[in-house]
Amino acid sequence: MELTTVWFLAIAVLWTGYFVLEGFDFGVGALLGVLPRGRAERGQALETIGPVWDGNEVWLITAVGAMFAAFPAWYAGLLSSFYLPLVAVLAGLIVRGVALEWRGKVTARERRLCDAGIMAGSALTASLWGVIFGHLVSGTVTAALLGGAFSLSLAVLHGAVFLGLKTAGPLRARARGVALAVSAGVLPVAALVLPALARAASTGPGGPAAGAAAWAANPLPWATALGAMVALAAAVALVWRRREGWAFTATAAAIALTSATLFAGLWRAPLPGLTLAEAASGPYTLGVLTWIALVALPFVLAYQGWTYWVFRRRVTA
Amino acid sequence: MDALDLARWQFGVTTVYHFLFVPLTIGLGVFVAGLQTAWHRTGREHYLRLTRFFGKLFLINFAMGVVTGIVQEFQFGMNWSEYSTFVGDVFGAPLALEALLAFFLESTFLGLWIFGWDRLPKRVHLACIWAAAIGSNLSAYFILAANAWMKHPVGYEVTGGRARMTDIGAVLTNSTALAQVPHVIAAAFLVAGGFVIAVSAYWILRERRADAASRDGAGTAGAPAAPGARSPAGGGPGPRAAGPSMWRTSLRAALVMTAIAGVVVAGSGDLSARLVHEQQPMKLAAAEGLRHDENGAPFSPVPGVEVPNLLSLLAAHDPRARVQGVEDIQRRYAEQFGPGDYTPNVPVVYWSFRVMIVFGMAAASLAALGLWLTRRRRPAPAWFARACLWALPLPTIAVIAGWLLSEIGRQPWTVQGELLTAASVSPGVSLGEVATSLAVFTLLYGALAVAEARLLVRHVKAGPAPSAPPPGAEPGTGPGDARAATAPLAPTLMY
Repeated sequence: MELTTVWFLAIAVLWTGYFVLEGFDFGVGALLGVLPRGRAERGQALETIGPVWDGNEVWLITAVGAMFAAFPAWYAGLLSSFYLPLVAVLAGLIVRGVALEWRGKVTARERRLCDAGIMAGSALTASLWGVIFGHLVSGTVTAALLGGAFSLSLAVLHGAVFLGLKTAGPLRARARGVALAVSAGVLPVAALVLPALARAASTGPGGPAAGAAAWAANPLPWATALGAMVALAAAVALVWRRREGWAFTATAAAIALTSATLFAGLWRAPLPGLTLAEAASGPYTLGVLTWIALVALPFVLAYQGWTYWVFRRRVTA
Repeated sequence: MDALDLARWQFGVTTVYHFLFVPLTIGLGVFVAGLQTAWHRTGREHYLRLTRFFGKLFLINFAMGVVTGIVQEFQFGMNWSEYSTFVGDVFGAPLALEALLAFFLESTFLGLWIFGWDRLPKRVHLACIWAAAIGSNLSAYFILAANAWMKHPVGYEVTGGRARMTDIGAVLTNSTALAQVPHVIAAAFLVAGGFVIAVSAYWILRERRADAASRDGAGTAGAPAAPGARSPAGGGPGPRAAGPSMWRTSLRAALVMTAIAGVVVAGSGDLSARLVHEQQPMKLAAAEGLRHDENGAPFSPVPGVEVPNLLSLLAAHDPRARVQGVEDIQRRYAEQFGPGDYTPNVPVVYWSFRVMIVFGMAAASLAALGLWLTRRRRPAPAWFARACLWALPLPTIAVIAGWLLSEIGRQPWTVQGELLTAASVSPGVSLGEVATSLAVFTLLYGALAVAEARLLVRHVKAGPAPSAPPPGAEPGTGPGDARAATAPLAPTLMY
């Protein structure tokens, strides 16, 4: 396989890991004022993500750093052309990160301010990623707004399912109810967004709509989008049947397959007027990066996985 | 004022701001790890209390370093897309390595440390803070390798209008990086050491005042022990609970750390100056305000005073060496690179050089003096303890001045001899967009600076948690505090 392909896949995997992992901590953050009741439950909800959210965010730092190193022109073009949305993303991440770290060290009044910061920062950032990537693949404002609605609602569902999996007591029961309620919104939005995303990804927004012609032109994004839809439907059914672990697997799969659909489109056109080959660094740099990633990544995955193992127990209020 | 100027202001503001927090993360992380190691080895209670106390201050500060660091990674692409496209092949690699090898380590193990007090074996928990501290220091190495390449580009060739890496080894062992890494890391320990010195001295003074007050006012019950000091929630320790030996321990440890850091800063600074003489003659000339090439160039500590031959001696370790002057370099650069202004802002470079040296060495001297004054169980004299409060701002000002010298002195280049700052900016980003983001970050950062400072002051004044949980909840303690008392080993547990 060519190194350009390897690094495109690596970047797709890093972004996907980021969406899946930070997806649930965005969701938990966005639900902070809605789902947990009272101070003890809010603390309980946040303790499920406390040890891991910062490590989850490093997936974003690594994804963007890898884009800079492997496809400088893509990194530069993407970041400079989504300038103001990214300013908002950064502001959201700053407010949320500081609020999460400071919350346990402040007065009651300031803690309410932190809670507001966590909620607003999480919801803003989760929706903006959908806005940015929706606009990137389709070029229209409507698609950007739909993308934002989809990414936010998906993160909220993922977060509610995660809370159901990671907490005990009344919060766990209520998380299930919220997940079911949210899914009533997620499913119709998904039914709108996923086919449009698959279409934009396979041939560009002007290509043939769903059907044999579209499938024949580029089957991969249609397959992943279909998979995402199935995973989402399965997630709702699994939440209903109280299979919390499998439900979380299903929402994670839905996010991963949506991300795969997106990157299938970016593989064809990373940015309007730019090809991956033009954007790529030289073979020497890509080779060096490959070796380092091959050596380092297993360790990273091992110790991050171990963190989840250490904190595997359900959090009680 | 155009988009270029605002983009430069934005980079300057966000980077200097980011670097207010980074040195404390780098230095204090190692200091806290050292305290916890001492507790692990000796089992002495006060090491644990110091670990928890400085650990909490470390975490308040760490958050700011992390969130402002994300902005740094994004703004190369957002504001400097021409630069990013030109250098990404070389410059991007250390950034990707930083994330992969350093940031994952730092963030993951810090999460384990914060929440793992009562869930991990003691030895494993100790290893977590060390892994996080190593991650912070490793990240400094990678970002400084990237920064060094801008000043002294090596291991690359320019083809098709882009720099292409040809030798990763050369990039990672760039002479400029190898001089900068010890300089910046030692400066970080100077900042962190100064922080611990100031905090410890504050508590030593406060306890002495409380002692004096209790002797004078024996009988006047309820006299406020320390005005302005707030008792922390959860049954405050009171000023005495900490014990003088505890603050003496942290003071002495920080004095040692700061004094050693001062020696390393000076030595690596000398090495850096010689490299700047070879690699960035304009920066050296501007730092000295030397107008013309001179053999045996003098050094003027302040305008109007000259020490003969000293600049040549400093720059090349040879009192007769030739040092280039600003106007002659400007003429040669115009011949070599075409007409243009190749001179940085000389007054800023000149004065930041002096501020860096004077403030940095003042902090290091204070530490050396303190080691002498407190030798063999001697208590710190009151005047010295008061002087120690200056250990907090001095090294931080020195570090900021050092970066101004380093980066403004590099102008007008982003990559010395290869790419001009004016040619680096994003062509498609409008003045309004840069102005908006500059306003957003300045306002947000300003508000957070106030919040962070207040939070740190409050926790410094509150002092360490009591050594043992009080028997039963004291009057006035809320449910959250009762919980804190039942879990004394999870002081930093956050929610």
